[in-house]
Amino acid sequence: MAIPNKPAGEIKAVVDPEIVEKEVDILIVGGGMAACGTAFEILKWADKESVLLVDKAAMERSGAVAQGLSAINTYVGENTADDYVRMVRNDLMGIVREDLIFDCGRHVDDSVHLFEEWGLPVWKKTEDGKNADGKKGQKLGTLKSGAKPVRTGKWQIMINGESYKRIVAEAAKLALGEANILERVFIVEILNDKNDPTKIAGAVGFSVRENKVYVIKCKTMMVACGGAVNIYQPRSVGEGKGRAWYPVWNAGSTYTMALRAGAELSMMENRFTPARFKDGYGPVGAWFLLFKAKLQNGLGENYLASDAVKKELESYAPYGTAAITPTCLRNHVMLFEMKAGRGPIIMDTVAALAALGATMDKKELKHLESEAWEDFLDMTCGQANLWCATNTEPEKKNSEIMPTEPYLLGSHSGCCGIWCCGPDEPWVPASYKWDVNGVVYNRMTTVKGLFTAGDGVGCSGHKFSSGSHAEGRIVAKQMVRYVRNNASYKPELEQSAKELADMVYKPVKTFMAHSGYTTAVDINPNYCKPKGMTMRLMKATHEYGAGTATYYQTNGKSLEIVLSMLQDMREDCEKLAAGDLHELMRCWEIYHRIYTVEAHLRHIQFRKETRYPGFYYRADFPEQNDKEWFCFVNSSYNKKTNEWSLRKAEYHKIIPD
Amino acid sequence: MPSFVITEKCDGCKGGDKTACMYICPNDLMVLDPNAMKAYNQEPDACWECFSCVKICPTQAIEVRGYSDFVPMGSSIVPMMGTEDVMWTCKFRNGVVKRFKFPIRTTPEGTANAYKASKGKDLNTELLFTEEAEGASLRQPLKTA
Ligand SMILES: Cc1cc2nc3c(=O)[nH]c(=O)nc-3n(C[C@H](O)[C@H](O)[C@H](O)COP(=O)(O)OP(=O)(O)OC[C@H]3O[C@@H](n4cnc5c(N)ncnc54)[C@H](O)[C@@H]3O)c2cc1C
Ligand code: SF4
Ligand code: SF4
Repeated sequence: MAIPNKPAGEIKAVVDPEIVEKEVDILIVGGGMAACGTAFEILKWADKESVLLVDKAAMERSGAVAQGLSAINTYVGENTADDYVRMVRNDLMGIVREDLIFDCGRHVDDSVHLFEEWGLPVWKKTEDGKNADGKKGQKLGTLKSGAKPVRTGKWQIMINGESYKRIVAEAAKLALGEANILERVFIVEILNDKNDPTKIAGAVGFSVRENKVYVIKCKTMMVACGGAVNIYQPRSVGEGKGRAWYPVWNAGSTYTMALRAGAELSMMENRFTPARFKDGYGPVGAWFLLFKAKLQNGLGENYLASDAVKKELESYAPYGTAAITPTCLRNHVMLFEMKAGRGPIIMDTVAALAALGATMDKKELKHLESEAWEDFLDMTCGQANLWCATNTEPEKKNSEIMPTEPYLLGSHSGCCGIWCCGPDEPWVPASYKWDVNGVVYNRMTTVKGLFTAGDGVGCSGHKFSSGSHAEGRIVAKQMVRYVRNNASYKPELEQSAKELADMVYKPVKTFMAHSGYTTAVDINPNYCKPKGMTMRLMKATHEYGAGTATYYQTNGKSLEIVLSMLQDMREDCEKLAAGDLHELMRCWEIYHRIYTVEAHLRHIQFRKETRYPGFYYRADFPEQNDKEWFCFVNSSYNKKTNEWSLRKAEYHKIIPD
Repeated sequence: MPSFVITEKCDGCKGGDKTACMYICPNDLMVLDPNAMKAYNQEPDACWECFSCVKICPTQAIEVRGYSDFVPMGSSIVPMMGTEDVMWTCKFRNGVVKRFKFPIRTTPEGTANAYKASKGKDLNTELLFTEEAEGASLRQPLKTA
């Protein structure tokens, strides 16, 4: 009897997929917050131009907002966009693109007003200072008409956001039309023009539902596939590997595809290592800001009030001494306690709720409890279950806080991404703007016709869900402008559709050629499975690339080792194998992850200082060195020669202190 | 905390060409076993516990159980989606049960205004079409350095 040896997934791959060729003027890659903004805005400007949006998942629940959010973190409202720039600059230790941030700040509220109009419930403050959510909040009027939101911090507003993504995707889909949307198509590579490789000419991808490869030509394109996760070993490595803070389906496609197309990346050394409720990775923002909870070390001390911590923060002035401590420094002082053996770090939820409850009646208390649970149930359901499983009622039992493994993203409290052109304004410095035939296109990358938004745009963190949407809308207009101004451009691809399809399906061909050689489908000397490669990547970065294993420390020698391991991995990726379409997607995801994390580590290697203590440490250059490193670090990659180049790019202050 | 499908409750979405859970999972985890006509999670350790499949299943066949590497057994959280609210039932390991109801949207599904008839006018300004329509002016920095 033959030993059963078959691909695991339900949708088997075939060696020769059907090839579908398409040609459009404008291609949108991704279906998250940014892409939904683009989809909503674009037909308001396009007339005859054709548009196609491609998402690897279903827009209704794709991207980081899939399970919902309990707050909109960027709403300028009564504040100024100038102050918004100051806040972001301080949180990111001084080096940011103030033009991009200001630009996001001046448009973001318009998107928030649309969300509310479309049906997103936004909490409001009543006249006597109480919180009203849902329909009650709605009765108090809209934000646009001047009703007061419930602010947790200066920039954040509370929402009932379980269906946030569904609502935003609904408007996007209605605006763009189902006929112009392809779901469940994973884009693998952006293609340059045959005659002028400084221009983009299209993209290639495949369906994860049918054996089809899509070769799409376009004149301009936006890539907005979110950030990267599972590039470092998570704190749980069994089933719990899926419980990363960042959604496990964003694989660095944005950065890798842009990099390989010739775009310059910027500040890829900046990572985000959020401190969250341990294991469940539930959000802490509302607990700090809304419920005013305090942290303790393992000895029960309010360590943040200690002289040692104050002194430590002062050594990072002006950032460390600002009204809001930068996210990385909050981690830094937490790690300080943990490394000194004074962990674990505990959030005193009991005292916080007791203090709030002291002035409340029974009904208000019940509502307070519900608010605390909603914060999890609207965006990190698993944390709610962890509380249930550990019998944690936050009014009776405290919870532990812990920094997670590192992620790469550009729209949350991190700022890695692609180097983009700023708006065409006189106050934007010349080195932040470039043109194509005399026209400046806001948010265009250094590749002609290639745009990005949301997590893709580097050096401008803290735009969050709302800012990403607004940025997608900015890009929509620019892409239409680009197509109009370059009407005679006929994109041509260097490779034939067949060659491209063979490249995309290479892992399937490898699997089919060799899987019969052994009796166990996953263990074969002729190929490697994406699962194994993922673990290999995560182990290498974990140990050498400033992962949790070393309390986020690395040095020159470790970087040299991990970079050589990554080179081996890239070579071995030629031998990835996939028996089904799901696995084929995993092959391309790991490929995208490797390039993304390589860019990250090369930036860390180049920047000889520790700019973001708490996010990572160069143990051989432990200090900030403003004299030499108060600048951006930009990188590019030549896929023909496999060469990386890194350079310093000048920082300009636009908004005064 | 991966999703799981209760054999008895799953009807394979009545043999439709695409099942609801497979349609929605952002990570492409839910698949249908065509022989059994039952769905299952094909890669539990890649599940983000986003509950999208749980919320969309028409027969409430999908639930989630805590990740085996750190979640003690015996608890559950179960959502019931309505058109305006979601109702959660949270069961503790020690038997405590809490129920919460949260609003999810204030308009009927499908009615988000896509401004399909609207057109922007001046392609060469930095104004979004809504801002332009309202006659808003483009904000500039109050002061530059
Ligand atoms: C856990 C968490 C909590 C957050 N909390 C808040 C909050 O409370 N408030 C707030 O305002 N913001 C919050 N944010 C931030 C917000 O979610 C992001 O800023 C926003 O989603 C970024 O938008 P994006 O379009 O760049 O990426 P995403 O929304 O993540 O979209 C990425 C899209 O790309 C698609 N995609 C990926 N790879 C490919 C590929 N190769 N081919 C085709 N498509 C692909 C995905 O399917 C998805 O549609 C949170 C983020 C996280 C991760
Ligand atoms: S959505 Fe529910 S009923 Fe339909 S296939 Fe999935 S588990 Fe079965
Ligand atoms: S919980 Fe989310 S990630 Fe897990 S299977 Fe369901 S839809 Fe997919």
